Amino acid sequence: MAWDPATDPAAQRGLEVCDRVLDLVADRAESLVTCAQGLSSLTRFANSRIHQNMASDDDHVRLRVVVDGGRIAQATTTRLDPDGLERLVEQTIAAARLCPADPEFPGLARPEPVAEVDHWDEATATASPDARAAVVSAFVEAGDGLESAGYCSTDSDVHVLRSSSGIHHTSRSTMAQIDAIHRAASTEGAPTDGYGQITSCRLASLEGRRAGEIAAAKATAGADPIALEPGTYQVVLEARAVASMLLFPAWLGFNGKAHAEGTSFAHLGEQQFDERIDLWDDATDPRALGRPYDAEGTPKRRVDLVRSGTTVGLAHDRRSAAVAGTESTGSSIGSEAFGGYPGDLFLGAGDETLEALIGGVERGLLVTDFWYNRILDPKTQVVTGLTRNGLFLIEGGEVVAPVQNLRYTQSVVAALGPGHVLGIGSDAQLVGNEGGIVHVPSLRLASWAFTGNANG
Amino acid sequence: MYDLATAAVEAALAAGARYADARIMIVRYESMAAKNRVIEGLTQSETAGIGVRALIGSSWGFQSTPELTAVAARDAGRRAAEVARASARVSGPQLELAPAPVVEASWANPYVVHPLDDVGLEERADLLLAATGAMADAGVPLAQANHQIWDTEKWFASSEGSRIDQHLVECGAVIDATAIGDGETQRRSHPGVRGQYGTRGWELIREIDLVGNAPRIAEEAQALLHAPQCPEKTTTLILGSEQMALQIHESVGHAIELDRILGWEAAFAGTSWLDPAQLGSLRYGSDLMNITADATLPGALGTFGYDDEGVPAQAVDIVKDGTWVGVLSGRDSAPLVGLASGGMVRADGAARLPMVRMTNVGLLPGDSSLEEMIAATDDGIFMDTNRSWSIDDKRLNFQFGCEIAWEIKDGQLGRMFRNPTYTGIGPKFWASMDMVGGPDEWVFWGTANCGKGQPMQVGHTGHPSVPARFTDVRVGVR
Repeated sequence: MAWDPATDPAAQRGLEVCDRVLDLVADRAESLVTCAQGLSSLTRFANSRIHQNMASDDDHVRLRVVVDGGRIAQATTTRLDPDGLERLVEQTIAAARLCPADPEFPGLARPEPVAEVDHWDEATATASPDARAAVVSAFVEAGDGLESAGYCSTDSDVHVLRSSSGIHHTSRSTMAQIDAIHRAASTEGAPTDGYGQITSCRLASLEGRRAGEIAAAKATAGADPIALEPGTYQVVLEARAVASMLLFPAWLGFNGKAHAEGTSFAHLGEQQFDERIDLWDDATDPRALGRPYDAEGTPKRRVDLVRSGTTVGLAHDRRSAAVAGTESTGSSIGSEAFGGYPGDLFLGAGDETLEALIGGVERGLLVTDFWYNRILDPKTQVVTGLTRNGLFLIEGGEVVAPVQNLRYTQSVVAALGPGHVLGIGSDAQLVGNEGGIVHVPSLRLASWAFTGNANG
Repeated sequence: MYDLATAAVEAALAAGARYADARIMIVRYESMAAKNRVIEGLTQSETAGIGVRALIGSSWGFQSTPELTAVAARDAGRRAAEVARASARVSGPQLELAPAPVVEASWANPYVVHPLDDVGLEERADLLLAATGAMADAGVPLAQANHQIWDTEKWFASSEGSRIDQHLVECGAVIDATAIGDGETQRRSHPGVRGQYGTRGWELIREIDLVGNAPRIAEEAQALLHAPQCPEKTTTLILGSEQMALQIHESVGHAIELDRILGWEAAFAGTSWLDPAQLGSLRYGSDLMNITADATLPGALGTFGYDDEGVPAQAVDIVKDGTWVGVLSGRDSAPLVGLASGGMVRADGAARLPMVRMTNVGLLPGDSSLEEMIAATDDGIFMDTNRSWSIDDKRLNFQFGCEIAWEIKDGQLGRMFRNPTYTGIGPKFWASMDMVGGPDEWVFWGTANCGKGQPMQVGHTGHPSVPARFTDVRVGVR
């Protein structure tokens, strides 16, 4: 049955708060107000025991006002009482009046219908700490005595957005994650780690035992890793590593503002990627987890970024879209200083199993995860980072040995360039990176530059 | 506020906790960003809430609420105990807390000009507009400036009887100029890539002279586009104090966090290459390496009166004459290695569980100077201002990039290099440090964006540092 905000107490409270704020602003300014209410809970474990277990009621109101057609200020408060809301309104209007006008302010969004999206699971929204502990317990037990660490989390969000321009959106979402490692002892040196994760809008989908078995198998297989000389290797990147490599193109490349300013690698209409690459943003996909509208109230929709290897789109908020002479793609994260971000990224899946991707490699490396990835230049998209949670040598199409972690320095766009994508997995899944949750498969790439090992 | 905190603590005890504490925090925050003479972002916030810790068995339970009422506080205390109790399903040995003095105190950091209350919003905006204007006038296509300001009030109450309130005023700012070439960008920042931050007032931002330095960095950014690439070789490397602050933060500060050493952060932030059994004997670096964690340094960003467990701020030796002698610890971690709490546990707000954080982890000055280091170097490179940073999960293998570098030949600075990077292994690198800048060059750098924990928390850390020289360092990695 479709969700009815009119019968949801949290949605009604959010609506009352937003209406109260709009009433307080009245005709002194254009305004956009959001009220988010949620519960974030995270059960954290290390050394195979739960050591930090937390929950937080996360309620806040965000107000954006515009006076004189371009003087803008925004403010947030967690104080939803009448005094708190009044202070929010008065201070934000006062700040806007003192702020210099933004000559490129495109105006507030107008009302438009949004897609019907309901990434919600009631059992997840009301999950108890016992329910999270049960998932943790299953993960730990799957390691059969291996040391483990990680977390199980549940989050809920009920969101209302209203504006003086007539927008009235409501949405709700839940998310649950198990994200953890098992650690296996090596004959010499530090333990080796194996990683497992499941992300869903339903806690019931988190099979702790399955994630734990994957992590344990990887950790055990990684024990006593060999040292390998740095160099350029063919690679199979598992989904988590692929998620990491897409962070910087998404953050600094497909960002419409960065493109307008000339710091993006993206050239619209050019074949910058292998023809097998399709990349798009779509919060309305049932597999996604995000809201169906952005921070400015613009409806989200599918935005193609790369189609058959050709760069075809960018993520815009209203301001960057106006500069580029186009429409917002619903990609505002609430910061015009930043621009647009594709927050529900999908990389098109292929039809090969992970085993088949490995089977095609004569000599190369299987990478589970990348870590501490940092970009050296947004235009070249050269990134450095390290492997983590399982690195394996492939010879003759088979995994033959675990390998000590390596440092890489590689342009992630060049690695996905024409002719460089040798295989795409059928294992596309939701997985986190530092920018959020993306939906990606494993990849087999022709080359990846590893520039350092344990000796520096 | 103490009534609310006490109500929360009592509710947690009544629900079965053997120890509980509560923190009420009210934080006023402002961030302003300007680009090319336009204010692109002004965000202000007021965040209030109470966070309650309850200890049962081997685990903390934590619950926070933004609602500052007696009913909500008691409910948070009860729920914190409930969360802790659920941990019994996957439990370990009972967690013991290091002793802490019972304290009733008030503390506030000194400042001259309150950045929110004593400086008008227009003045704050005008400074950023002027700085970006000066960079744009010097010819760069992207001129950016921003500042951040925090005003934090805290009230802490524990079941042991401590009652502590604190008021912290922190602020800082940065400007950067980006030049765009055909295939790459070059950026210069002032005073560092993360700016400069401290537990100080607006006087800090006036001192770093954003407008006066704007033309210089704009010109350097453009010059970098045409500078030769940093050569790839092994050489003598001199680092400016801002890059040294990052080097200390990443390859010492995180490595000495006791929660990492104990494996509590293994799944995300990582562990550490350090073994507690070697505390007091392990060589971390050369004899010139003296690192302290000093939460009492006036004006530094990692300075406070009491940590979020109510333990007084302390100065702790970390590396003495090259030997590892200390860690960053809290009441739950310190007893596991036979230490007293170092008073280094903090959270980034009422809604987060406090954890071990760096205070002011810094390098004590030596007896040299940047000028003397350059003069004493026949063949080497001087790098300044961090551009990129990456280090492995044990805090050993690092690769850092800087914004700018200069060749050193026969004791003189020569050509400018673009895209300088260097890489190394922590103890080997620190063992090669053979010259350290003096007290006149000691700067209390502040990092306002240190990420750690799950859910992620952003910590404010200080890093007193000086320029230093290292030998046999691999540079120019691409």
